[in-house]
Amino acid sequence: MKHIKTINKANLKQTAAKGGCGKCQASCQSACKTSCTVANQKCEKEA
Amino acid sequence: MIHKFKLAGYNILLDVNSGGVHIVDDLTYDLLDRVEPPFDESCPKDVMERLSRTYPAEDVEECYEEIVSLYNDKILFSEDDYEKFALASVASPIKAMCLHVSHDCNLRCKYCFASTGDFGEGRKLMDFETAKRAIDFLIEKSYGRKFLEVDFFGGEPSMNFDVVMKTVEYARSREKECDKVFRFTTTTNGMHLTDDMIDFINREMYNVVLSIDGRKEVNDRMRVRVDGTGCYDLITKNFKRLVDKRGNDKDWYVRGTYTKYNLDFSEDVMHLYDLGFEQISVEPVMADPKEPYAITEADLPRIFKEYEVLAEKIAKIRADGKFINFFHFMLDLDQGPCAIKRLRGCGCGNEYVAVTPDGDIYPCHQFVGVEEYRMGSLYDGSFNMEMKNDFARAHVYTKPECKKCWAKFYCSGGCNANNYIYQHDIRAAHKLSCQIQKKRLEVAIMMKAVQLLGEAE
Repeated sequence: MKHIKTINKANLKQTAAKGGCGKCQASCQSACKTSCTVANQKCEKEA
Repeated sequence: MIHKFKLAGYNILLDVNSGGVHIVDDLTYDLLDRVEPPFDESCPKDVMERLSRTYPAEDVEECYEEIVSLYNDKILFSEDDYEKFALASVASPIKAMCLHVSHDCNLRCKYCFASTGDFGEGRKLMDFETAKRAIDFLIEKSYGRKFLEVDFFGGEPSMNFDVVMKTVEYARSREKECDKVFRFTTTTNGMHLTDDMIDFINREMYNVVLSIDGRKEVNDRMRVRVDGTGCYDLITKNFKRLVDKRGNDKDWYVRGTYTKYNLDFSEDVMHLYDLGFEQISVEPVMADPKEPYAITEADLPRIFKEYEVLAEKIAKIRADGKFINFFHFMLDLDQGPCAIKRLRGCGCGNEYVAVTPDGDIYPCHQFVGVEEYRMGSLYDGSFNMEMKNDFARAHVYTKPECKKCWAKFYCSGGCNANNYIYQHDIRAAHKLSCQIQKKRLEVAIMMKAVQLLGEAE
C-alpha cells in the first residue's frame, strides 16, 4: 500500500479464540512494584 | 475504535480491537478525521472536496480505497467482540501471592505508600509458621495451575531473610508432590545485602527488583535512613555486586520513583544506565496531591515531553549497538498475552493476593491495612469468595472509562488499588495514572513501530 504501512500481525482476535488458559504471569499494575503494561508480557501457553 | 497520534515525525495509527499498528502518511491521517464505517464505494464528495484542496484528488481516492481495504480485512475499525470473554476468569485459581515477610524497613523513604514500612499497623516480621501456611494456602487454591508466583515484599524483606530462605526451602520441598513450580521474586532497598543473601537471591529468585531513584541528589532527597542521611553510596555498591554475580539467565531491574522534584527523570534513567544498570524501571510517584513531591495534572505536559526525550536517548544508545531496556517501553505487538488476559490486568483479589505478617489476606499489597478489604485469615481459615468474585468482575467492560478507552487492551484496566485509594472505587479509573500510562504507551508503540518498520525495510 502506498499510504498505509501495516507493521504487525494484528492478531489480537485470533488470540481470543485460543486464549484464557491463565498460565501467564500475574501482572501487578501498581507503581510501587514496577507496574507493567500487560502487553509486555509473554504468552506461556504450550503450543 | 481507532487511535492515532503524531510522534517523532511519524503518524501512528492503532486499530484498538485487532491490535493492528499502522504507519500512515499525512493524507491518511487527515482523511481518518473525516471517514468511518459504513464506507461508500468511493470517497464521499464533501470529504473529497475538502481534502483535494491540500492533496491530489487521485491520491485521496486511492487512500480511501486503502482504508476500505484494511477495514474489509478487519484490521481497521475492527469490531470489539471481546465482552463475551469477560467472565472467563471468574472462579479462577489463585496463582500469585505477595508475601509480606517484613512490615519493617531500614529506610524512611518520604513517599512510601506503606507508611515507611509498617503499613500503619506497627512494625513486625512474619514468622515461619505464617509463611508456611501461606504457601499451603497458595498450593490449595491454585488447582490446575502449575506455575505459582511468590513475591517476598515489605517493608524490607531482607530484614527477615531467615524466613525468606526457610519459606523457599519449604515451597521447593512441596513442588514435586503437588506438581507445582514456584517462581520467587523479591524487592529490596539494598541496605543490608550480604554476599550470602546475594547468592541466595541469584540462585532462587526468578526476578529481583532493586530500589534506587537515580542520581545521588535525587535518590538521597527521598530515600533516607532513620537518621535522615541518604543511602545512595551504599546501595549502588550493593546492587552492583548483586547484578555482577547474577548472570543473564534471570531477570532483574533497578527501579526508581520520580516525583515533582525530578521531572527531568530521563536524566535518572541515563544515570542508572551509566552506573552499569541496563535493566531499568522508573515510575511516577502516586501520592496525595497535597504532598509537596506529588505529581499533579499541571506536571503532565512536562512529563509527556520527558518520555519523548527518554525515547530519543534510548534510541541513540541502541543506534550505537548497545543494550538498554526501559521496562515501561517494553511492548510485544505480535506475541503478547491473549485478548482474554488483557481484559483484566493484575488479577488482584482474584488470581493474586497479599498476606501480612499476621496471616491476614488482602487483594494485594496496596490494600493491606484497609479493613473493608481484608479478605480473610490464614489462622481462622476464612476467605471471602464474594470479594474474590467482585474483583474477578472488575474488568475493562465494567470500568466505564476503560470501556471507551483506546488503551484498554494494553493497561487492562490499570491498578484497582489506585482506583480505590484516589477515586474510592476499584472500577473508577485514576485519571492521572491513565494519562501517564497512555503517553508511555504511545511512545512505546512508536518505538516498536519504528523498529519493525526498519526491520521490514
